[in-house]
Amino acid sequence: MGVFEKVKAIVVEQLGVDENEVTLETSFESLNADSLDIVELVMALEEEFDLDIPDDEAEKLRTIGNAVNYIKGNQ
Amino acid sequence: MSLNGKVALVTGAARGLGRAIALQLAAAGAQVMVNYAGSEDKAKEVVRLIQERGGEAELCQADISQAADVERLVKTVMNKYEKIDILINNAGITRDRLLLRMTEEDWDAVLSTNLKGVFLCTKAVSKSMLKQRSGVIINISSIVGIKGNAGQANYAAAKAGVIGLTKATAKEFASRGVRVNAIAPGYIATDMTDILPAEMKNEILKEIPLGKIGVPEDVAQAVLFLVSPAGAYITGQTLSIDGGMSI
Repeated sequence: MGVFEKVKAIVVEQLGVDENEVTLETSFESLNADSLDIVELVMALEEEFDLDIPDDEAEKLRTIGNAVNYIKGNQ
Repeated sequence: MSLNGKVALVTGAARGLGRAIALQLAAAGAQVMVNYAGSEDKAKEVVRLIQERGGEAELCQADISQAADVERLVKTVMNKYEKIDILINNAGITRDRLLLRMTEEDWDAVLSTNLKGVFLCTKAVSKSMLKQRSGVIINISSIVGIKGNAGQANYAAAKAGVIGLTKATAKEFASRGVRVNAIAPGYIATDMTDILPAEMKNEILKEIPLGKIGVPEDVAQAVLFLVSPAGAYITGQTLSIDGGMSI
């Protein structure tokens, strides 16, 4: 599974959204994620990809594509 | 008020309030993890008592002021029971001394266990509680955190801090169905209050409108109420169990 597919699976599970709604351009805001959702999501991504995403970097992740790119650049 | 199927972690459950709370929750049907720091024999006795009465309990040593210990404690609960529904942040210590004579160590020790310990335990259980969209946390504060007390600047600061922490956490977790409340016991007969001089006890007694010293079960009953479905609409509150001492 590629990074996007893995991120998509986590987003679908954490936010309880339909996987058709999740594209690279989709923003977390449009998926109705609140601040606690984002924190939980970031923690799930850290676990899945064995990463440490600092808070100031996490704040910049607005879309699924942002998250995928961040993970690819820091693996 | 049944807690059948619920898993509870009680910190500092070997003695005093923690012991009474552990027994009470187990009697209501909860599976209880009995945490202790140093009183192993006393903690084993609590587990034995629960099991004798047909309840389910396990033992886990951990110093809750240490993050690594707390992580191990919560992992032990998850491995054994696969979830945590109820966290009782009860463990606490005193290092009483007038502020003028209070050392930095006295301050740090009390703040580490009584305030930082609550933060560490709350953080450690929060992930699974938020994920399961339910859970209840009770933080044991004190009347001293509300009114202050000469000779207990460290304890008063920590216990007042617990009330603020309770409110902030309640706001953060509310949207996930996780409730957080505090209890502020007054003068309750435990090992912690047993060591006070007799004349001080008499002075305290004069300030209690109900005219008697509380027993740990008084606090345990209130905990049971708050963690049970009867308390389902209560969060972010501090409930005084003090015979009217704070009025």
